[in-house]
Amino acid sequence: MTTYAFVGADVVDQGGRRRQDVVIDGSAGRIIDLNPADADERIDVSGQVIAPGFVDLHVHLRQPGNEAAETIETGSRAAARGGFTAVVAMPNTTPCTDSAPVVNEVLTLGSAALCEIKPSAAITLERDGKTLAPMGELVDLGVRMFTDDGTGVQDDQLMRRALEYASSLTPDDGTEVVLSQHCEVSALSQGGVMHEGRWSASLGLGGQPAEAEELMVMRDIALSRLTGMRVHLQHLSTAGSVEMVREAKKAGHPVTAEATPHHFTLTDESCSSYDPVFKVHPPLRTDADVAAIKAGLADGTIDAIATDHAPHTPDSKELPFDQAPPGMLGLETALALALTELDLDIDEIVRLLSIRPAEIAGLADRHGRPVQPGEPANLVVFDPDGEWKVERTGLASIASNTPFHGKKVRGKVNHTVYNGELVVRDGKATR
Amino acid sequence: MKHLISTLDLNRADLEQLLDLADKFAGVLRRPIPKVPALRGKTVVMAFFEDSTRTRTSFDLAARRLSADVVNFSVSQSATKKGESLRDTVETISAMGIDAVVVRHSSSGAPRQIAQWTDASVINAGDGWHQHPTQALLDAYTIRKRFSALDGLNIAICGDINHSRVARSNVDVFTKLGANVTLVGPKTLMPPDTSDWPVELASDLDEIVRDLDVVYLLRIQQERLSSGLFPTVREYRSRWGLTTERAGMVSPDALIMHPGPMNRGVEIDPEVADDPRSVILDQVAAGVPIRMAVLFQVLGPGQFDPVTEDNGQVHSGTRSKSTPTSDGERLAATNQLEEVS
Repeated sequence: MTTYAFVGADVVDQGGRRRQDVVIDGSAGRIIDLNPADADERIDVSGQVIAPGFVDLHVHLRQPGNEAAETIETGSRAAARGGFTAVVAMPNTTPCTDSAPVVNEVLTLGSAALCEIKPSAAITLERDGKTLAPMGELVDLGVRMFTDDGTGVQDDQLMRRALEYASSLTPDDGTEVVLSQHCEVSALSQGGVMHEGRWSASLGLGGQPAEAEELMVMRDIALSRLTGMRVHLQHLSTAGSVEMVREAKKAGHPVTAEATPHHFTLTDESCSSYDPVFKVHPPLRTDADVAAIKAGLADGTIDAIATDHAPHTPDSKELPFDQAPPGMLGLETALALALTELDLDIDEIVRLLSIRPAEIAGLADRHGRPVQPGEPANLVVFDPDGEWKVERTGLASIASNTPFHGKKVRGKVNHTVYNGELVVRDGKATR
Repeated sequence: MKHLISTLDLNRADLEQLLDLADKFAGVLRRPIPKVPALRGKTVVMAFFEDSTRTRTSFDLAARRLSADVVNFSVSQSATKKGESLRDTVETISAMGIDAVVVRHSSSGAPRQIAQWTDASVINAGDGWHQHPTQALLDAYTIRKRFSALDGLNIAICGDINHSRVARSNVDVFTKLGANVTLVGPKTLMPPDTSDWPVELASDLDEIVRDLDVVYLLRIQQERLSSGLFPTVREYRSRWGLTTERAGMVSPDALIMHPGPMNRGVEIDPEVADDPRSVILDQVAAGVPIRMAVLFQVLGPGQFDPVTEDNGQVHSGTRSKSTPTSDGERLAATNQLEEVS
């Protein structure tokens, strides 16, 4: 038996914040009730925070299909360095994750990863918005989240059918199947490569109005009401979206939502450099939208921080702004941006990065758990005051398209424990 | 001035200096041999990622009138169609040893990106919907020729403002030089937010047309019609075109302008294009001295020696990274233009 103890830190979890040493049985993958003095190794983490490992509802690991930008292995290493012990992989792979063979490939590759890889699958075949994917078959393989991420399901009737069909898929483990939506009415966003507003006007770039997102948020809330089914709304970016979700929750509709660090940190003004590293969908919005996202995270309207980690090779981001693919890295900077940009207590940030996303992803039996003996050892240890500078070359991802290069941030992940294994130690991946 | 990428990088004094310099070069162009050795030994690459006849020809001629070596890099059939990144393309051109690259690109912002990847000077010959600085300069030059200054002039820019790099540059240059600018057209062709633009907006051309000193018409692209931004050409012409009837309401002293190429019978009636108030060909003519002024300002007098003309130096073909001249030296070289050719 190999045991090790984190000594001197505060634990922050569902039970609030308290001084507590944590002893882990590495081979059992669990937290155990043992005197730290009796552990094989003691790691001094004085002044730091131990929390349940983070869960990212929204990452692009690019495998299969675009291994030049990221693989499941490298993406999981980036995740682990960011303090994540589980990530939900988006289905816009090549081939699309819409069939059992692709789901199985992701699961097989994921079994050797540095965090849990939970595949999501497409709602429709090839994400073309026309024909439902074999959702039941994929649920049997362990898929709990379905999404056509990258595009929203445009057809109202098809989305209604998808919600209704999913509601009859009831996994044996008691978790729920959830449909997750990239909210964008493509007829209205067509030709838009950034937020539509004063910056797009002066830069001469096509804009996506906030309403392109908000119309689908509005529709999906209505469909959630119609079907009684839960809808998860991805990467909210506008003040109007936040307000609609707030009202929907007040009315009791089963809607959940996520927001990304870049949408609470950056605005459309960043695009004035024409550097495609700032191109992302939904686009960076205005100061007022950033403020609304922050308020939504603070009052629980937005359930989770999700990164929408989207690696792209350098050459694809060295195209003109309108031709470059949208998306930016996020896994290794999420905690730091939350601590730097949000005026929230650490227990609130742990709720947004771990506890709520674990519930939404159907992972709450092993992630986002209380930090106490008997629980699975999926943990993060971070220094909430540790300052560092984001460097695009210092990341574990193959790609380097972080929009935060050069930014000074606060909050440093030092150790990550996945399944009892110390996968990140002193900020470095151990494998 | 290392690059000319956006007029937003220029202040009023910069603009006036360029217009004054263009006046001098216009004098050169009136000579029997309209050529000076000002940029001899300099290499200028025309990198047109989007087709253009008049702008390319104008820049080409301007560079040759200054004795620069001109190389055409024909990109539309070239590497970028094969998925090569813009950076790779630019670094390839740069590696050949050049002093300036004149860039036309269908994507807004491409010249700004290119400037990060080359030591050469970048001159924007039009990017997407963003900027067309030399068009704005030649338009201001044409207006200044007629009115001596733009201060207080009422200028309407009419048509497809949102998709127009000409409009964005011209609004900036005209207003910096003191003109009052009104944008006219249907809301579907207006930028989504002009709250921080120094302009008035109007949807009815007839309401303002009598008070204008300059009526500036923009080309209507066929694709705007197919994307439903206005119902028919007929309706566009009747409301926002400069018809013969509407031209009758325009002051006899006013100027009628168009950046070309024109759609006669759409934004401008055929007879109006040939009206005495039309200065559309003057605009084209102004393109050469303006682009000479820009090239000269960006590349400096280089190896031009006003005394011996041919000083026998060997040119490496690459540009020194240090600033080659002071303003004083540039001015001196310019003043010598009268004495050499």
